[in-house]
Amino acid sequence: MNMAAALAPAATALRSPKGAIAGGWLLLVILGAILAPWLTPYGYDVQNLPGAFQPPNAQHWLGTDEFGRDLLTRLLYGARTSLSVSAVAIGISVTAGLILGAVAGYFGGRLDRAVTVVVDLTWSFPEILVALILVAIVGPGVTGTLAAIGVAYLAQFTRLARAQIMAIRAETYVEAARSLGASDAFILFRHLIPNTLSPVLVAAMLATGDAIILEATLGFFGLGAQPPIPSWGAMMSSGTAQLFRAPGIILFPGLCVAATVVAINLYGDALVRALDIRSRARTH
Amino acid sequence: MLAFTFRRLLALIPVFLAVSLIIFLILHLIPGDPVDNLIKIGASAGQRAEIEARYGLDRPLPVQYLVWLGNVLQGDLGTAIVGRRAVSAIVAQALPYSLMLGGCALLFSSILGIALGIVAALKRDRWPDQAIMGGVLIGSTMPGFWLGLMLILVFAVWLGWFPVSGARGWTSLVLPVLTVGLGGTALVARVTRIAMIEAGQRDFVLLLHAKGLPVWRIQLFHVLRHALIPVVTILALRIGWILGGSVTVEVVFARPGLGSTLIKALAQHDYPVVQACLLMLAVAVMLGTLLGDILQAVMDPRVRTALQ
Repeated sequence: MNMAAALAPAATALRSPKGAIAGGWLLLVILGAILAPWLTPYGYDVQNLPGAFQPPNAQHWLGTDEFGRDLLTRLLYGARTSLSVSAVAIGISVTAGLILGAVAGYFGGRLDRAVTVVVDLTWSFPEILVALILVAIVGPGVTGTLAAIGVAYLAQFTRLARAQIMAIRAETYVEAARSLGASDAFILFRHLIPNTLSPVLVAAMLATGDAIILEATLGFFGLGAQPPIPSWGAMMSSGTAQLFRAPGIILFPGLCVAATVVAINLYGDALVRALDIRSRARTH
Repeated sequence: MLAFTFRRLLALIPVFLAVSLIIFLILHLIPGDPVDNLIKIGASAGQRAEIEARYGLDRPLPVQYLVWLGNVLQGDLGTAIVGRRAVSAIVAQALPYSLMLGGCALLFSSILGIALGIVAALKRDRWPDQAIMGGVLIGSTMPGFWLGLMLILVFAVWLGWFPVSGARGWTSLVLPVLTVGLGGTALVARVTRIAMIEAGQRDFVLLLHAKGLPVWRIQLFHVLRHALIPVVTILALRIGWILGGSVTVEVVFARPGLGSTLIKALAQHDYPVVQACLLMLAVAVMLGTLLGDILQAVMDPRVRTALQ
């Protein structure tokens, strides 16, 4: 698959109004996160106690927090933490789940049964519970959060990949490849896994939305990225004490989380539709 | 029915063993010596020896697990490091609060969710449907704790209708139940809507219309009965998620309960308490799923006959 063909549905998804708004917001947040050091003159951890609790003004567009730190700056740097941790965690989850599910679905037998038992076990528990068990083992912080989110969504991707592989492993082109003497690994990685990628990637995108909430929740509990590194969840956690004086400290990061997750869902839906049209056009 | 329940209960035993094994292993997977993680800093050599003997920490790992499991099954969950109380007492104190919150939230999200789902299905593709489904999307994507904080801000700080935090009196229950329940409501409404629409397209509905039954009777007494089966399945599966949601909400509202106890214990590295809370939550999820299976069998004659 060449690059242009891979990106075509992503562009098609932008054509609907919902998809365009959602895609626009996501682009804005991602650019804001990447360009944070150049977009703002303030540091995320520079305290200015006399300037604490400022309402929104020309210098501080969203005001300042209890230590006089610029809220917009912390929001931009918070996006860096929240988005990168969620995306990397889901990346780990997808890669591991894809390989585990593909191998289990392709080879079947005892290995498949073992994988299925473990996956069904984690699947039956809420992600937050799985995540908290992982945090208990690894400890709070970025590593703990990565492990927690990565394992919490592993079952979902393993299941999906396994089902996809099982549906296509008996196709004639697989048989053709095998009769030409292709090895199992070659068939898996060259033929089967690439053919399962688009549903898995859409699922990964939607799961990233859930992961952002999970990351914010862990951050809110004080179990995520440790201060002074800002994350949306940690910002809201420190904001609870200031709820009466400065509700903005909680309001803005929360709005960012909600808007980003809604945008991911809307864009994901548009993407599903775009991919559907493509597959239909190909079969007819 | 009894045999079915019994068989389902038996099937949970390996799941329980696996989960308890993972939770047991937490103490050995974390960095550091298990004894150090079980006692306060500065404990005497005698106290160390006592802990070692009690948990059998000098014996091989499988034996330790059996000792621990035996203690757990007898209700001995160890002693909290911070506070030095029996963990079972801490759990017994927290559990009723969590059950109360979870139960009320479940009830709230079922009633409101089914009602909204019915309205959306009846007014399909018109504005009430679109408004409800839009609300559902927003409701299901909002982080639970943030919704809780916003509710506190509006109803407790600005309007002063309900207390900000704590668990005194029924008024302190309103906002937490709303927070946990609204997430579940979104899901129940979505499933009810789809199930109602699908059930409404069956042949028997056409027959009822031909017989001249009023539309509201058909929808509420006949279609809804069919539609409720998937709703109950989803609700049962979500019992765990609702309990998970109450973990966050308890922290937001500073309510006593399993969730807030767990988060506090995690921050304090109080591992006996962490293990006990995780185990309790896991057991609650398993029992919730079991309850859902049983309810489904009671409601669906097809499942019942398939079992006999």
